[in-house]
Amino acid sequence: MTGSLLQIDNLSVPLPKGADRPFAVQDLSLTLNRSEILCIVGETGSGKSLTALAAMGLLPKNLPRATGRIAFEGTDLLQIPEAERMHLSGRRLAMVFQEPIASLNPVYRVGDQVAEVIGLHSDLSAAQIRQRVLDLFTEVRLPDPQALMRAYPHQLSGGQCQRVMIATALAMDPALLIADEPTTALDVTTQAQILQLMLDLRRQHGTGILFITHDFGVVAEIADRVAVMRHGQLVEIGPAAQILRDPQADYTRQLIAAVPRLDPRPPGRSFGAAVLAATGLTKTYHTRTLFGASRRVEALSKVDISLRRGETLGLVGESGSGKSTLAQCVIRLVQPDKGDVVIDGGTFTGLRGRALREARRRVQIVFQDPYTALDPRQPIGRAVAEGPLIHGLPRAEAWARALDLIAAVGLDPASAKRFPHEFSGGQRQRVCIARALAVRPDLLIADESVSALDVSVQLQVLELLAEMQQQFQFGMLFITHDLRVASRICDRIAVMRRGRIVEEQATQTLFADPKDPYTRDLLAAVPGRDWRDGPRHKEPADG
Amino acid sequence: MTRFWLIKFARTVLTLWFVVTFAFVVLRTSGDPVVALLGADAMPDEIEHFRELWGLDQPLFVQYLSYIGQMATGQFGVSLRDSRPVMDIILERLPATVQLGLAAFALAALVGIPAGILAALRRGGWLDRAIMALAVFGFALPNFFLGILLILLFSLTWQILPSSGSGTFRHLIMPAVTLATFTAGTLARFTRSAMLEVLERPYMRAAAAKGVPAWKRVLLHALPNAAIPIVTVIGLNLGQLVAGAIVVETVFAWPGIGRLLVIAVSQRDLAVVQGLVLVIAVTMVLANLMVDLLYGVLDPRIREAAR
Repeated sequence: MTGSLLQIDNLSVPLPKGADRPFAVQDLSLTLNRSEILCIVGETGSGKSLTALAAMGLLPKNLPRATGRIAFEGTDLLQIPEAERMHLSGRRLAMVFQEPIASLNPVYRVGDQVAEVIGLHSDLSAAQIRQRVLDLFTEVRLPDPQALMRAYPHQLSGGQCQRVMIATALAMDPALLIADEPTTALDVTTQAQILQLMLDLRRQHGTGILFITHDFGVVAEIADRVAVMRHGQLVEIGPAAQILRDPQADYTRQLIAAVPRLDPRPPGRSFGAAVLAATGLTKTYHTRTLFGASRRVEALSKVDISLRRGETLGLVGESGSGKSTLAQCVIRLVQPDKGDVVIDGGTFTGLRGRALREARRRVQIVFQDPYTALDPRQPIGRAVAEGPLIHGLPRAEAWARALDLIAAVGLDPASAKRFPHEFSGGQRQRVCIARALAVRPDLLIADESVSALDVSVQLQVLELLAEMQQQFQFGMLFITHDLRVASRICDRIAVMRRGRIVEEQATQTLFADPKDPYTRDLLAAVPGRDWRDGPRHKEPADG
Repeated sequence: MTRFWLIKFARTVLTLWFVVTFAFVVLRTSGDPVVALLGADAMPDEIEHFRELWGLDQPLFVQYLSYIGQMATGQFGVSLRDSRPVMDIILERLPATVQLGLAAFALAALVGIPAGILAALRRGGWLDRAIMALAVFGFALPNFFLGILLILLFSLTWQILPSSGSGTFRHLIMPAVTLATFTAGTLARFTRSAMLEVLERPYMRAAAAKGVPAWKRVLLHALPNAAIPIVTVIGLNLGQLVAGAIVVETVFAWPGIGRLLVIAVSQRDLAVVQGLVLVIAVTMVLANLMVDLLYGVLDPRIREAAR
């Protein structure tokens, strides 16, 4: 059979009255062929996820009815009754979600959750189903499938949960797989494996894949064709090679230009006095393994770091590598078991009470999620002025400083009386940066501070951080899982794994000549790294 | 595992000791039991004799020690009023209360939980509003009032149900309904909010994407996850059920321990009151222990933490 597998004609998803625009998705038309991977790319609010949900019949119930046509194997998915939909879902079309751990039911064993879909859509016996689940777990390369089948979701890592979700989606060998940001919550090396898994599936089963993502790096790795969406509308659609190398629409060009690349910051900047010296930091946690045995986790093991004024040190690692624990030990949110932290020549580790409060002023932190990091009932001007006030600045001076900083981070000082919800995510992160800088810290910790932002916003916030550092000459500890981001802003990078620093180098040296095998793995896993350097080696799209 | 249960056990003993001591202190310091028992115009030597007989002439501390000693060895004394062993009196009344309590509890669960689920599924609709209005009505209505209202309607006006006593199923209906109303209303509200939270979870969307039919999604995927807060409320409400039983048994002349308690307190029959307090405390502690156990059954994460 030839022709398109999924054909979307004039799909519109209206928003309720009072929303900032009338349509979440407006007049969208696109097709997906068999054995094809079509990536839908867009930023927050582009409508890409709602398009996927519309196809699965999972649109939020508070939205008005979607209009248009989504044809799949001769049926219009927008028109079929619930019973027919349940007969198709999980069997002919399946979906993988962004939050793998939350997408599994916490009270059932993962093996049973995969078995459920087979039980629903086939007449296999219990033993046959068990065998099929075992085969699926093996196919998605879960370690020790026999034991993992009996595990509960909370006992697995994010990557393992996503493999379980993919196994669930593949159980009935569907013709169409919809994947909504399936690797966004995962580490880069895990992401690389999951993307490879998707390519293998397409080759072996001829599955058509609708892949929703915000990451052009991921697009470069797997897409046959690309659709770019913005504000609910299709901006541009075409073969991956053409969109990636020769985009026609201005918006696509902007998006691609904003994609963080491996672009190491050149060495040779000059730095001031030492601002941070941490020596021998050690922190051990006690947890339990999957089967109940007690286990010690060395979150940090004899870690040394140092930083000078005006310098940026990147801490790069995957989840569980200890990079956040390190930052928390530096700021004394977590008490290290051993080791010393010296900030500006003064010991930080033994301080208490007033002295600790005063010392904390010198260290400020900008968190990952700008949506939860600001008090929703506090106008942003007050949020920025609060720190200086606490540390004894007169009211008028504190307010003047807050207004200066709000202007410095690129917001209108007149908006100081507005509340956080009136700002976008990127603007809120600017407020957070202004708030951190208001107490004139000597050390700024940026903990995944740009990870939750759209790429275009991400770039702006990175530039802002560099500019502020130029102006105020603070030392910056920049924590990220994204090597591309780290490369642009860091003078030195420390790669962390299992509580240790495996390699620390000047940024350019690290990328040009990585010494540690793990650093090389991390670099190799960066999605889309070959995209600008030459032709891609990708398998053809014929099943 | 053992450490977890040792802590639980130690807590249970501590709770019971606390309750028993509290009952002792309150009863001994709130008036002279002998005077209450024999009447204000009893002869002084009669009162003296009675005191000696029951050891009430001893210092309070000595009385407390011997009382704790008896409790710990399972001797609950004899009634001051008719000299029968306290446990005999309580045990002969207990089945009636258990019957009433279980009936009311089953009724509350069978009405409250499905009503809460329905309200959550029809959130914002007329059914939701109607169920919630009834639920508020249910737990705002004092049960002595509801009891009297039911008697007025079903016994006096329509004469289809007996107004008091026990024995047949027809006797059970009105007391059970009265007692269940409060719990049913509370359960409906908590079930609704627990379900609403669970229905929004990503795994519910994932279940729909697997093709699980709607009723199975609700019963097999949402309900087990909503069960933890529901079970918590059930545990807390057992106390309400016991408190309610005291009122309801009095209104309907139901021969259970609730009514026994009222009589024993008004007659200052110390041994009986203390025995009843202990029985009720043990019931509550056991109920809460069962709730803790149920948490483990319901949620693998709690099961693991308890290990």
